Amino acid sequence: MLQDIVKAAFAPSRRTLLKTGAATALVLGFHLAPRRAFAEAAAPAPNAFVRIGADNTVTVIAKHLEMGQGTYTGLATILAEELDADWKQVRVESAPADATRYNNLAMGPIQGTGGSSAVFNSFEQLRKAGAAARAMLVSAAAQTWGVPPGEITVSAGLIFHDKSKRNGNFGQFATAAAKLPVPAEVKLKDPETFKLIGHELPRVDTVAKTTGTAQFAHDVRLPGMLTAVVARAPLFAATVKSFDAAKAKAVPGVRHVVQVPTGVAVVADNTWAALKGRDALAVDWDESKAETRGTAALMEEYRKFANQPGAVAAKRGDIAAGFAAGAKSFEARFDFPYLAHAPMEPLDCVVRLTPTSCEIWAGDQFQTVDQMAAAAVAGLKPQQVKINTVFAGGSFGRRATPNSDYIVEGVAIAKAIKGAAPVRLIWTREDDIRGGRYRPLTHHWLKAALGADGLPAAWQHRIVTQSILAGTPFEAMLVKNGIDGTSVEGASNLPYEIPHFQVELHSPKVGVPVLWWRSVGSTHTAFSTEVMIDELARAAGKDPVNYRLTLLKGHGRHRDVLALAADKAGWGKELPKGRFQGVAVHEAFRSYVAEVAEVSVAGDGSFKVERVVCAVDCGIAVNPDVVRAQMEGGIGYGLSAALAEQVTLDGGKVMQSNFHDYTPLRITDMPKVEVYIVQSTAAPTGVGEPGVPPIAPAVANALAVARNKPVRALPLRT
Amino acid sequence: MAVSFTLNGKVVQLNVPDDMPLLWAIRDIAGLTGTKYGCGVSQCGACTVQVEGEPVRACSLAVGEAKGKKVVTIEGLASKPAKAVQTAWQKLDVPQCGYCQSGQIMSAAALLEKNPKPSDADIDGAMAGNICRCATYQRIRAAIHAAAKSLA
Repeated sequence: MLQDIVKAAFAPSRRTLLKTGAATALVLGFHLAPRRAFAEAAAPAPNAFVRIGADNTVTVIAKHLEMGQGTYTGLATILAEELDADWKQVRVESAPADATRYNNLAMGPIQGTGGSSAVFNSFEQLRKAGAAARAMLVSAAAQTWGVPPGEITVSAGLIFHDKSKRNGNFGQFATAAAKLPVPAEVKLKDPETFKLIGHELPRVDTVAKTTGTAQFAHDVRLPGMLTAVVARAPLFAATVKSFDAAKAKAVPGVRHVVQVPTGVAVVADNTWAALKGRDALAVDWDESKAETRGTAALMEEYRKFANQPGAVAAKRGDIAAGFAAGAKSFEARFDFPYLAHAPMEPLDCVVRLTPTSCEIWAGDQFQTVDQMAAAAVAGLKPQQVKINTVFAGGSFGRRATPNSDYIVEGVAIAKAIKGAAPVRLIWTREDDIRGGRYRPLTHHWLKAALGADGLPAAWQHRIVTQSILAGTPFEAMLVKNGIDGTSVEGASNLPYEIPHFQVELHSPKVGVPVLWWRSVGSTHTAFSTEVMIDELARAAGKDPVNYRLTLLKGHGRHRDVLALAADKAGWGKELPKGRFQGVAVHEAFRSYVAEVAEVSVAGDGSFKVERVVCAVDCGIAVNPDVVRAQMEGGIGYGLSAALAEQVTLDGGKVMQSNFHDYTPLRITDMPKVEVYIVQSTAAPTGVGEPGVPPIAPAVANALAVARNKPVRALPLRT
Repeated sequence: MAVSFTLNGKVVQLNVPDDMPLLWAIRDIAGLTGTKYGCGVSQCGACTVQVEGEPVRACSLAVGEAKGKKVVTIEGLASKPAKAVQTAWQKLDVPQCGYCQSGQIMSAAALLEKNPKPSDADIDGAMAGNICRCATYQRIRAAIHAAAKSLA
C-alpha cells in the first residue's frame, strides 16, 4: 500500500531514495539526538538510532511499530551488525514521534509502519548509523590508549588493541565517543562478513511475550486513570441525536458520560463499570445520512459496474484486436467480502491531557499522522503531543488509519472530561468487528483469450472496489486519474507476458469505512489472476507451473520462487488418493512468494489444507527465522480469511459481532507449513505481508482440480 | 462487595461486585496485566487462567465464583510443566505480536500438567479454544511437543 505513496508522491528510484534519505536522516540524527535519550541515558546519545550506555547496554531506537512482524529484532540486527555489538547487550526502545528524524524513507515525510517497508527503508540507514557509532567508539579508544585507530579491532561488543594487549567494552568508551565528531563517511561491511544479519538470532521480544510482561496499550496504568468505552451508532455515518445518561451514571464506578464525535463515551473507574454503564445508556441516533445498503445489494451494484468500462489502470496492445484474434475465450467473475482485521488486541490507547500537553500511549502505526490529528483535536501544537509507542497486539493495517480514528476518539474523550483524569479507551471485540475499516467488498470481472499456441493472447480485467485512499488526506497526492493504486496493485502489474492487456477500475462510493488489510490490493488481485491463469493452463492442457514459467519471461525472481516451491512440494508427483495440489505466485511489496497448497478433499466435498510449501525471495533475509515466521503467519492469516471470514451487512447493519460469527483460523485448521528462502544478495525487502496473497488462490486451484469446478467467491466455507 | 481468593499463591481481597468477570478483577483491580482481553465471550482464550488447576476463561467467570479458590495467572506460573512450556516457547520464538500468548501458554501448561505426552489430537483438543491471529499455531504445536520431550 504505502509503496504507492512513495511511487506517486516522490517517484524516486529505490537506489536514490535510500541513498539520499539515509544520508539526510543520519546527519540530522547525529546533530539532533533525542532529548529523552539525553535525559535518561547514562551517556550522551551518539546518534538518533542508538544509545550506548556506560553500563555497556546498546539500545537501538526503533522508529517502527512492533506488531508481531519482528521488526524490533530486524532493525536491531542491522544496526548491531555494523556496530559489531554482542547480541546479548542489545535492547530496543521505540522512537518518539518525529517526522524529521524517524520518517519512513519509503513513505516520505511521515513516521509510520506499513507496506512491509520497515527493514526495506531502514537497511542502509541503520547500517550507516551502526558503522558511525562503531567508528566513534574506535576513535575514543584510540585516543584513550594513544594508538592509531587503524590498529583497533572490534568484535562482539569488545574493542581490542592487540599490539598493546589492551581491550575494553563499549560502555567504557561511550561517553568519550559521544563527544567526538560524527564521521562524514563510513565504510560498510562486505555482506560476506556479516555475523548477525542472515543468522538466526533470538527475537528481542520473546521473553517479555512469554511471561506476561510485554506492555501493550491495554496494559498501561497511570495514577488516577479511568477506562472509557464508546457507544457507537449501529449504522455507519449515523450520529447522536440525543441520549439519556441517567441510568448509565447510576452504575457504581461510572464517572462521566460524554458525547464525542463518534458516539457517547462512558468513562469509569474500571472496565466492568464502563461496560455496564454503556449497557445502561439510551442513545437515539440520527440515521438520515447513514449507509443503509446491505452487502447483497452492494454486490449487485458492483456486478453492474463490472459490465461497463472503467478507468484504465494499465494497458498494453489492443484488447479488442486480441480478443478478435484469440482462438477461445474465458470469462469469470469473482466476489470478495468485507474483512475485519480483528487483531487480538482490539483498538485502544491511553491519553493524558493537560492544557499544554497531550501524552498518548498506543501501539501506534502512524505516529506523526496521529500526532498531528491528536494535536488538532486537543487544540495543541503537534510538538506538544508526545506519543509513546508500545507493542501492538497485532494490527494487520488496522492501526494505520489516515484519520487516526481511535487516537482521535481517545483524545476527544479526554477533552470532553476536560483532562480530569488520564483515560484509557478500549474497544471491545464487538466494537472491533462492527467498527468498519474493512478490506473492501470487491468484485472482479476477468476475460481472457487463448491463442492457437494455448498461451494467453488477451486479458481484460475489471475491478470494482471502494477506494481506500478516497476521502483521506492522501487522496490528492495518491489517487491519479481516478486510479487508487491500492485497488489494482497485483493486477495492473501482472507479470505474465500477454500481448493485449487491459486493467480497468470502478471505485463506487459507499458509506462503509474501508482500509488497507494485510497485503491490501493483493488480497483480491492475486486471487482472481492466479485462479484465472491456472484455469487457462488447464484449458490449454498445460501444467500450471510450467505454463506460468513460460509466461514469466523477464521475471526471474517470480520464476525462481515458483520453481523452488514446486520442487520442494513434489509438484507433479503422484499424491495419495483424495489429495490435490494447487499453486500460486505473487509479488507484493517487492518480495516474491510462491506457495503450493496440498488439500485433502473428502467424499462429501469438505476439505482441509494439510500442507503448504512456500518459497520466498525477500532479498537478504535479515533474520531467516523471522522470515519463516512471517510466511507461516501470513499463510495462516490468508487462509483464515479464505476459509471462513466475512463481514456482511443487512440494511447497513453489520451482521457479525464476535469470534463466534466472525471465525478466524484455529490450530485445528492450521496446515503444516514449510518455508524455503531464496539465497540472495539483493537489498532486503519486506515479509510482513507478501506471504498472504498466494495462499487463497493456491487452495482454490487445488479445489478446482478436486471438484472439477472453479472457485468464484470467498470465503470458501459459507 | 469484597471477594477473597488466592491469586498466584497469595490471598487477595478485592473490593468488587460479585458479578465482575474475574478477568477485569485481575487486570483492573489486582493490577496483573499479563492476562488479556480478546473477546469477552469465551471464544478466543486470551484470558485463560487456571482455577484450581483447570484452564478457565477469566472473561466469563464471575469473580464471585472464584471465592476461596486458587487462581493462577501467567505471572504466577511455577509448575515444572509450565516452566517447560515457557522455555520451549522461548526456544522456538513462538510469539509474534504476543498478545494471545499468555492464554496459549496457560492452556498448554494445563494440558501438560495432566497429559505429559500429548498427541497432535490432544493438542488440538486443548488448544482449539485459543485463537492466534498471527497464526503461530505451527510453532505452538511444536513447542508443546518440545516441552513434553524436555520433561520426559
